[in-house]
Amino acid sequence: MTDITEPQPGESDEPALVTLRTADVVVACLFLVVSAIVISDSVRLGFHWQDSVGPAPGYFPFYIAVVMAIASAYNLGRAILARGPEEQEGMTTKTGVLRMSAIFLPAVLYVFATSYIGIYVASAIYIAAFMIFFGKFAVWKALAVALSIAIVSFMMFEVWFLVPLPKGPLEAAFGY
Amino acid sequence: MEEIGSLLGGFAVAISPYNIALMVVGIVLGVVIGVLPGLGGANGVAILLPLTFGMDPTSAIIMLTSIYWGALFGGAITAVLFNIPGEPWSVATTFDGHPMAQKGKADEALVGAFTSSFVGAIFAVILITFLAPVIAKFALRFGPAEFFAVQFLTFASFLGMGRGSPMKTLASMCLGFALASVGLDGVTGTLRLTFGHDELMNGFKFLVAVIGLFGIGEILSSMEEGLAFRGAAAKLKMDAVIRTWKQLPAMAVTFLRSCIVGCWMGITPGGATPASFMGYGLAKRFSKRGRHFGKGELEGVVAPETAAHAAGTAAMLPMLTLGIPGSPTAAVLLGGLLIWGLQPGPLLFVEQKEFVWGLIASMYMGNVVGLIIVLTCVPLFAAILRVPFSIIAPAIVVVCAIGAYTVNNAMFDVWMMLVFGVLGYLFTKLGYPLPPLVLALVLGDQAESSFRQAMLTSQGDVTVFWHNWLSGGIMTLGVALALWPLVSMLFGKKDDDALANPA
Amino acid sequence: MIGKSLRKTAIALAAGAALLTAFAPGAARAEWAPTKAVTFIIPAGTGGGADQMARFIQGVIQKNNLLDKPVVVINKGGGAGAEGFIEMKGSAKDPHKIIITLSNLFTTPLGTGAPFSWKDMKPVAMLALDQFILWTNAEKNYADAKAYIDAVKAGADRQFKMGGTGSKQEDQIITAAIEKQTDGKKFTYVPYDGGGKVAVQLVGGHIDSSVNNPIEAVAQWRGKQLKPLCIFDSKRSTYTEKVTDDMAWSDIPTCTEAGLPVEYQMLRGIFTTAGATDEQVAFYVDLFKKVLATEDWKEFMKKGAFNQTFMSGPEFEKWLTDTEAKHKELMQGAGFLAAAQ
Repeated sequence: MTDITEPQPGESDEPALVTLRTADVVVACLFLVVSAIVISDSVRLGFHWQDSVGPAPGYFPFYIAVVMAIASAYNLGRAILARGPEEQEGMTTKTGVLRMSAIFLPAVLYVFATSYIGIYVASAIYIAAFMIFFGKFAVWKALAVALSIAIVSFMMFEVWFLVPLPKGPLEAAFGY
Repeated sequence: MEEIGSLLGGFAVAISPYNIALMVVGIVLGVVIGVLPGLGGANGVAILLPLTFGMDPTSAIIMLTSIYWGALFGGAITAVLFNIPGEPWSVATTFDGHPMAQKGKADEALVGAFTSSFVGAIFAVILITFLAPVIAKFALRFGPAEFFAVQFLTFASFLGMGRGSPMKTLASMCLGFALASVGLDGVTGTLRLTFGHDELMNGFKFLVAVIGLFGIGEILSSMEEGLAFRGAAAKLKMDAVIRTWKQLPAMAVTFLRSCIVGCWMGITPGGATPASFMGYGLAKRFSKRGRHFGKGELEGVVAPETAAHAAGTAAMLPMLTLGIPGSPTAAVLLGGLLIWGLQPGPLLFVEQKEFVWGLIASMYMGNVVGLIIVLTCVPLFAAILRVPFSIIAPAIVVVCAIGAYTVNNAMFDVWMMLVFGVLGYLFTKLGYPLPPLVLALVLGDQAESSFRQAMLTSQGDVTVFWHNWLSGGIMTLGVALALWPLVSMLFGKKDDDALANPA
Repeated sequence: MIGKSLRKTAIALAAGAALLTAFAPGAARAEWAPTKAVTFIIPAGTGGGADQMARFIQGVIQKNNLLDKPVVVINKGGGAGAEGFIEMKGSAKDPHKIIITLSNLFTTPLGTGAPFSWKDMKPVAMLALDQFILWTNAEKNYADAKAYIDAVKAGADRQFKMGGTGSKQEDQIITAAIEKQTDGKKFTYVPYDGGGKVAVQLVGGHIDSSVNNPIEAVAQWRGKQLKPLCIFDSKRSTYTEKVTDDMAWSDIPTCTEAGLPVEYQMLRGIFTTAGATDEQVAFYVDLFKKVLATEDWKEFMKKGAFNQTFMSGPEFEKWLTDTEAKHKELMQGAGFLAAAQ
């Protein structure tokens, strides 16, 4: 497998996977959805003056969401109607998405694993794996770096500063 | 001058080899704490507090405040190098600090940040030395209406400064407000926007959002472009300090403006975070080089850093004289004062003269010692950028995860951090500016409660904001600032960025 | 100090290993002691009264070596403390967790419908009761509580502003109780996010009165900026040492004495998780008895004019049952109960 994290010659010619316009439309729609959620909850909470509490809890969020909805509707309309060259520009390419996935998908796995094996073990595996697969480091180097980062942070948080972070079976075996 | 005599007495207390050693230890620890987003200054102080019970109060507070100074200095480091604000008040430092690092000027950005921290802090200490009693009384004038006025002014100074479309700026800011309102409503105790999920009762914490939007978002963009880490190629030159200092005198006005803004916000007590935003916003608007801000301008680092530190230092004043902590760290320090038998409040300056002046003297000392320590370490910090990207990238994700987790000790926040990371990437690509979102998230809560408290006390009368010269003056200034972009758009040159792509 | 804690950990690890080998084949131990760090949860933010007390206790334990494992203090104040309590409920099987409580033990589940109650934890001990005092600005110079209440009665409805910490919590409950004595005249209750801030707002004249805890307002009292009118307890305080030039805590009349029959005190107590055994609870009771015996603790109590009542076991449980019922009644009367209930 070629190293996708290195810039390749001629990659600027690669066709766009998603255009800015599409992304703009999607994000504006998301904003509208958020506005709708906020408005519905604000209506439940009430957004008028109440005698003992002053402006009701929904007052502030309600008007904020209304403004947000108007602004997003404008953004949506503009994105849909846009015909300029800038909007047709690509937001990202296939390589770009692949590269981002290279860090992001393992990150998701890493966070998921943290709940079960603790943050220190998960971090060590995550860093070592990234170094071996994408950095092309020798396995022993990757393990050395990953383990020392994990151990230093363990000493720092658990032992010196007494800040408890998620721990798994390994730490429990050592009495933590 | 009575103050100078007392201050010299204070120096006599503070300058002992033992106390200076404590200062150095405190500052080094503080820098470490400030660099790691997981360890806030409050955390560091709280953990070390019990260890100081055996010391005499003056030595103990010298060590603890040194940690505070160290953390203030340290927050800028990750902000500049990796776009991760280690502390909330470093967010504005990333706006220009990180672009500078990408251009290979990380060392200049760091020297600039440290130097301006120092200037801001010293300015505030001088103010405390000579004006403490007067200012303490002034802070009492701040009720809900005045607080809202100050918060409004902060927003106003920041409005209309994004280069993006005004509607996107507005949407971004509203999203920040909406996120800030999730969770338990402080005024009525009702749950808002939680839809029965206990995880949401905490709301969206500022640091989680910022770590995701800036830190993870930046990692994604760097990965996408496959540039390894931008700026990594920069050569380290040892003359960074002199090179940077030569550029600073030209920014005297920015320094002064930020010092004043910072002291004002620290005393009132608006806090260091809004101060840094306001310092940046005002500099962008009124500085000659303002239109280049955001692309890696040294002045864009100087403005927020100076203001944040002036505020952070000035915030010690209300803590000592009124007993209100200006920040969580100050709150923990306050607890320490009580345990040592010192009662913060109006009488502290009368009954515990030696302690107070020893503390003030240690503020001068601590900042000088701190500046020397961090400046000598600049090449070391900048060298971190030369570590291969395939080590730095996962390590940053780990640091971000730890930072997000420790905000509430909840895994939920780590997941939210990833979501915010994707949002940060999307928003940057699509020209939704992040600063308004972040500002609304940090100030939204406070602004909303002040507004509602003010409305409660006035029984719904909006003119309460103009009921005295103080809040009225600030509000009027805020309105003027808010309308400024409109005025300059109508009468001045056309804002080519905003009007370039009419729909 | 890092070296010291490292050494301590090393010793602790060695000791742990030795214990493990000594008691390996499931030997039942007469007395239980923590086998790892004890997590001390504060269901409130940094800097408040509960936070100060918990961190103080941590300091006392550390200074006097009352525990050979470290005590780790964390704040879980989200959702008016619900977060901390739900964490306790969720880790029922881990006896290495303790929590300090304030009135939100009762008010949060009642006011927000958050799913927990004190019965989801195991009560260890009541350390003290925190007092509430009715304060006014010294410049207004009300002679006593009665004079102030008369002024409220004579004023327009909602003319007088009462400041307090949070909403639907202890301060607002007391306010609602006072309102029963004011001929139907209501206060405008203004919630702030911390007791210290409330005291300063009162000094600045932005509110008319507050029900601050003694420790939150003592500095302003000594500075002659605030005046205590009455204390919401059945008896006067027992601290007779002068706090200001001419007054001690014991010189403040009770509110009942002053013609305002309202009593309220806030629990400062310790709980552990529901699954804890009797030995484990006994260990913590013993630990806190040692804390309470220190000079530092006595000094702390005096400074904050706490009501020093120690309770544990069935007596404490009965007190909790009664107090929960009292809160329900008070909150129902004031209309503070969550809609879901």
